[in-house]
Amino acid sequence: MVLLLALAVTFLPVASHAAPLRWASDAEANVPFVFHDPADQSRLTGYEYEIAQAIARRLGRQTQFVQNDWDGLIPGLQRGLYDMVIDGIEITPEHEQGVLFSRPYYMTTERITVRRDQQGLDTLAALHGHVVGTLKDTTAERMLQADPSIRIRSYEEETNAYTDLKNGRLDAVLLDGTIALYYGSPDPDLKLVGAPIGQVAYGVAFAQGNSVLRDQVNAALDGMMRDGELHRILARWKLWTPAMAALTGDASTPEIAPDAWDHYRAATAPTAGWRARFDRYVSFLPLLLHGALLTFAVSACAMVLAVGLGLALALMRRYGPRWLGALATLYVEIVRGTPLLIQILFIFYALPGIGLRLSPFVAGVLALGMNYAAYEAENYRAGLQSVARGQIEAAIALNMTHFQALRFVVVPQAVRMVIPVMTNDFISLLKDSSLVSVITLTELSQTYVRLSSTYYDYFGTGLLIGVAYLLLGLPFVRLARMAEARFHTGRQRQGHI
Amino acid sequence: MRADQVRKIFDGYAVLRGISLDVARGELISIIGPSGCGKSTFLRCLNFLEIPDSGTVDIAGVTITRTGGRWTRQEEDAAHRLRAHVGMVFQSFNLFPHRTVLDNVMLAPVRVKRMPADEARAEALALLDKVGLSAMATRYPDTLSGGQQQRAAIARALAMRPDVMLYDEPTSALDPELAEEVLSVMRTLDNEGMTQLVVTHDMRFARAASDRVVFMDGGEIVEADDPDRLFVAPEDPRTRRFLRSVL
Ligand SMILES: Nc1ncnc2c1ncn2[C@@H]1O[C@H](COP(=O)(O)OP(=O)(O)O)[C@@H](O)[C@H]1O
Ligand SMILES: [Mg+2]
Repeated sequence: MVLLLALAVTFLPVASHAAPLRWASDAEANVPFVFHDPADQSRLTGYEYEIAQAIARRLGRQTQFVQNDWDGLIPGLQRGLYDMVIDGIEITPEHEQGVLFSRPYYMTTERITVRRDQQGLDTLAALHGHVVGTLKDTTAERMLQADPSIRIRSYEEETNAYTDLKNGRLDAVLLDGTIALYYGSPDPDLKLVGAPIGQVAYGVAFAQGNSVLRDQVNAALDGMMRDGELHRILARWKLWTPAMAALTGDASTPEIAPDAWDHYRAATAPTAGWRARFDRYVSFLPLLLHGALLTFAVSACAMVLAVGLGLALALMRRYGPRWLGALATLYVEIVRGTPLLIQILFIFYALPGIGLRLSPFVAGVLALGMNYAAYEAENYRAGLQSVARGQIEAAIALNMTHFQALRFVVVPQAVRMVIPVMTNDFISLLKDSSLVSVITLTELSQTYVRLSSTYYDYFGTGLLIGVAYLLLGLPFVRLARMAEARFHTGRQRQGHI
Repeated sequence: MRADQVRKIFDGYAVLRGISLDVARGELISIIGPSGCGKSTFLRCLNFLEIPDSGTVDIAGVTITRTGGRWTRQEEDAAHRLRAHVGMVFQSFNLFPHRTVLDNVMLAPVRVKRMPADEARAEALALLDKVGLSAMATRYPDTLSGGQQQRAAIARALAMRPDVMLYDEPTSALDPELAEEVLSVMRTLDNEGMTQLVVTHDMRFARAASDRVVFMDGGEIVEADDPDRLFVAPEDPRTRRFLRSVL
């Protein structure tokens, strides 16, 4: 508990004037916006990362980056987890309902990508009747929706869309020029075709009503457009476009080497030979270790909570007054009747509405722990029920109090019954803990998403992650076996009185 | 020890209809009667495993009088003091299966009386010796015969140094020769002056070992008398009918 509190304190954002500018993005597989440098996974990079740094510098503030899942970015903003979001968010009337936008800092167009051997699918009209991939909730998706004959596949991750295109599950991908440039064009099996379509503007998003910060950021962006800093950043990423020239009124063509683009291409170039591949996997190990530790920490803390709360619930149901038992039953039924994912999102995003702000770690532990407590409670209830009524009576007759009877007689016997089940529960908890990635925790499975999509290597990375989970769970599998074996001999012993 | 007008109602049905019984120190009293007549309930009311609806129980100077109403915190405290003087032995032994025989005997003295473990162990070993189980101290209950388990249960109750021992059909689950081991322990205790109340179906034991026999029927004490008189010349026709059916 003390540990949890300490964690809560360290993770809780503190609001004050001297505080750094807290900005959020989804840095998992989010090239070229904000992502982990493939050459050094501990470093963030991306053209929007550089824009965020430049803005903060102009505001005279430090930055604090907050990782959040794409779907959680806007809710997190409204919750006050951070001050602004920069993640290629399109300025659309729908988005403007929920957030405040800065002036556009980037303009791009939609591009069609097809397989190299594909002919003819080079206009929006030509996509008629085909299977086309895009990202969900984007301008590109809405463009495709205008033609009902197009079968749309909306993805969460751009890598998945391009991988499916290569695998033949899609005929074409329609996405922003930025994404097409970085995911579509480098791939030898794919090509960008046709003229740019439509126009998309990206803006910095703020919480509704935060016009003070919005105005400051607008002023900073203005400055960056006037003195050419924005031009330099974008050119280094090979992202300076005619549309940007029109937006900024900057028609100059300075000699700027696309070094950021080159760096990215070099780092992700397909590795030749098993040696290079092996070196790459070795370079994953620190990240894997970090993810595994977080997975284990979340699971272990959650299990401690689940055991304590579960036991309390079980005792309430079996020995408490009727109203308390009913309350415990209600809790168990509600928790078991709703999806864990919803519970995690609810605790993290809805509880601040009633003044309870939890760090992602604490929220994750709380959600998993409270969920598993319901299952543990049922497990313990069965265990307690298996302890004969006469045991308590014998204890009371020996002048133990009810509490002593439970502590020295009933619970120790129940524990013997439930340990095998508990160990199995912990192993499933280990796996279910992957769900906390939705509230910004980069645990083991999120590490998989990040690494595999950065390198287009789902297979090898997947094996590595699988091994990591197995290694984490292995001690507990063995423990379960041992406990089962002991329990079993205990049973046999009773056979020959 | 004294019970006065003890009444107990289960689901609107009067299981005990005012039981009064005085027991002198050192007496061994057998309680007999048809099954379902309330013998166990009466015994359990004496140490408040069941809460009587009304009546008085007085054991070793602790008096609890019930006049209906909720069982209060104060009453539970009084019952706790009273139970310090009462040991109980059950038909199904109810030993703690997760502890060795020695630990079964030591548990309550250490946890309830806060007796030092060394002292408790020495006493427990002495008690196990007395009931003939020295060799079984480190065994688990489920490896013992029924007679051994019941003797261990008696040692466990004795470890709390009670003034009164209550037995609810202590030998009903045992074969005759195993039952004899248990009954002989009870006789030894009688010789040492222990006050004992025994609910039993063993008429031979009731007749041979008791100072007094109580016959219950329909939630009442029908008659209580010297065993020789009660078994030979019962006054009440109900007693006569019952004895004819069991002898
Ligand atoms: N906990 C209980 N709830 C309801 N009825 C009970 C309970 N315990 C005993 N009875 C009833 O009280 C009566 C007396 O039971 P008991 O004292 O066990 O009889 P005996 O020990 O003489 O066979 C029986 O009719 C029994 O069904
Ligand atoms: Mg009975």
